[in-house]
Amino acid sequence: MALSIEDIKKVAHLARIEINENDANATLNKLSGILALIEQMQAVDTRGIVPMSHAQDLSQRLRDDVVSKTNLRDEFQKNAPILGNGSQQPALAGGLYLVPKVIE
Amino acid sequence: MANNELTNGSLKSYAQLLHSKQISSLELTQAFLQRINQYNPSINAFIALDEDKTLAQARAADARIAIGSAAPLTGIPIAQKDIFCAKGWPTTCGSRMLANFVAPYDAHVISQFDAAGAVNLGKTNMDEFAMGSSNETSYFGGVKNPWSYDRVPGGSSGGSAAAVAARLCAAATGTDTGGSIRQPASLCGFTGLKPTYGVVSRFGMIAFASSLDQAGPMAKSAEDCALMMNVMAGFDERDSTSLDRAKEDYCRDLAKPLAGLKIGLPKEFFAEGLSAEVGQVIENAITEYKKLGAEIVNISLPNTGLSIPVYYVLAPAEASSNLSRYDGVRYGHRAAEYTDLMDMYSKSRAEGFGDEVKRRILIGTYVLSAGYYDAYYLKAQQIRRLIAQDFVEAFKQCDVIMGPAAPSTAFKAGEKVDDPVAMYLQDIYTISTNLAGLPGMSVPAGFAPNQDGPVLPVGLQIIGNYFDEARMLNVAHQYQKVTDWHSLAPNLPEGKA
Repeated sequence: MALSIEDIKKVAHLARIEINENDANATLNKLSGILALIEQMQAVDTRGIVPMSHAQDLSQRLRDDVVSKTNLRDEFQKNAPILGNGSQQPALAGGLYLVPKVIE
Repeated sequence: MANNELTNGSLKSYAQLLHSKQISSLELTQAFLQRINQYNPSINAFIALDEDKTLAQARAADARIAIGSAAPLTGIPIAQKDIFCAKGWPTTCGSRMLANFVAPYDAHVISQFDAAGAVNLGKTNMDEFAMGSSNETSYFGGVKNPWSYDRVPGGSSGGSAAAVAARLCAAATGTDTGGSIRQPASLCGFTGLKPTYGVVSRFGMIAFASSLDQAGPMAKSAEDCALMMNVMAGFDERDSTSLDRAKEDYCRDLAKPLAGLKIGLPKEFFAEGLSAEVGQVIENAITEYKKLGAEIVNISLPNTGLSIPVYYVLAPAEASSNLSRYDGVRYGHRAAEYTDLMDMYSKSRAEGFGDEVKRRILIGTYVLSAGYYDAYYLKAQQIRRLIAQDFVEAFKQCDVIMGPAAPSTAFKAGEKVDDPVAMYLQDIYTISTNLAGLPGMSVPAGFAPNQDGPVLPVGLQIIGNYFDEARMLNVAHQYQKVTDWHSLAPNLPEGKA
């Protein structure tokens, strides 16, 4: 299946990675090589084979629904990114994280 | 030089020196720190050092030894791959995305070493998010192979590999998703073990491909790896794929003789693509095993060739999902300028990730996108089962499987960096064990000449059945008793005075 430049742009959008025209062309080249490698799979007859998602086919372990984690908000917020757009402050306000307006 | 002898010791020898008070942990740790100061500026194996933290741990270890409550690794300086969160330490995963991230908690592996009283010597360089086979995708620069500075150390655990080979640490940790412990162990000439999937907890270990990622030891010998495994392995309820099994002593079988051991040689591991010189070294190692009483069985793993295509569907698919968490909101890189939320995500991720990571996210997003799921992801999972079944059949005929760990010796820096597919083929012999979830090792087996340079180390790969780590370590240890490849260290060029 040949990739097009439109495919690259669409996938980059889905992955939320900004990509310019130049990079899209270079990426198309490299990804086409990788997809050609992947295409080798299509020669294999896999009818009736159960997909394998994990090495040990175990069922998911469950735990009791009890509070198990301590509140580490202050600790975690030490890693807040810099707000940007002219501000060198952490993207924090009143224990919350600052992001651009989501709902107009 | 006394310092050189000290940094070349085994974990057991360090424990003896420490417990008999012939040296202190502080002295041992300082010897390694001195060596790091001398050689790391050129090798670039460590990307975070914190002498105060490290020496405080050494002092605490000395206090523990003084009151007689030391464990086997108490006071021994260990290098930690920068994929493990260690509280208060920078934890970058080799990425600009996490360049300013300081871990707020410890990975399970780190807390296990802390509980054992081991000393954290520093965080080691790695391919960005463990995606690479040469350490060249690291945001913090490449790592030099201590055997020849113009060569790569392998990857993704390249910093840990160079640190062990150059004797900058007593031992190190690594992680292996497609060969990231074994391939660098082969290229740098030391012993590395990737355990059975689920044996070492992934809690606090930054995720790449969660159904394949597994941590393991990188050390000077099989015996050292066994001692490391005794600390690293064990059930942890915080990792949903951690296996609830009884605690094992990985040293228990080291001394067993190998008479009657059945070694399977898969013909696919000795076919086209393997360097003739590397093949010769592996054959010599097999001859040595025959002398030790092992029997050779010719086997086949017919789907080996498919392991790379399957891996490059499954690993990027899992990575694209795992790495979606890096959005610039709560931690990690955020772009300096942005207009709206979408723009902030897209710019932050474009700037924070390097080219190889972006390629894999894009491949993963593509194979998971609407209309392609069955053709790629489901198909790859089906072939994954075929690959795992090959091993099930093989282990009906033999106890362990042997072959090369990598198709060539260490290649030159820059040689494959622009050709992802050529780079991916480095892992042709290691990836299938990750897909099957089996344990695998690389053990130094000699040196091979190169057309364009020096003789370089070659690793023999030992693949075991599920949970057979103790037997694999036994098989490697018996070989290391009659050979000295594992004890050879490179002569480093003059470092910083």
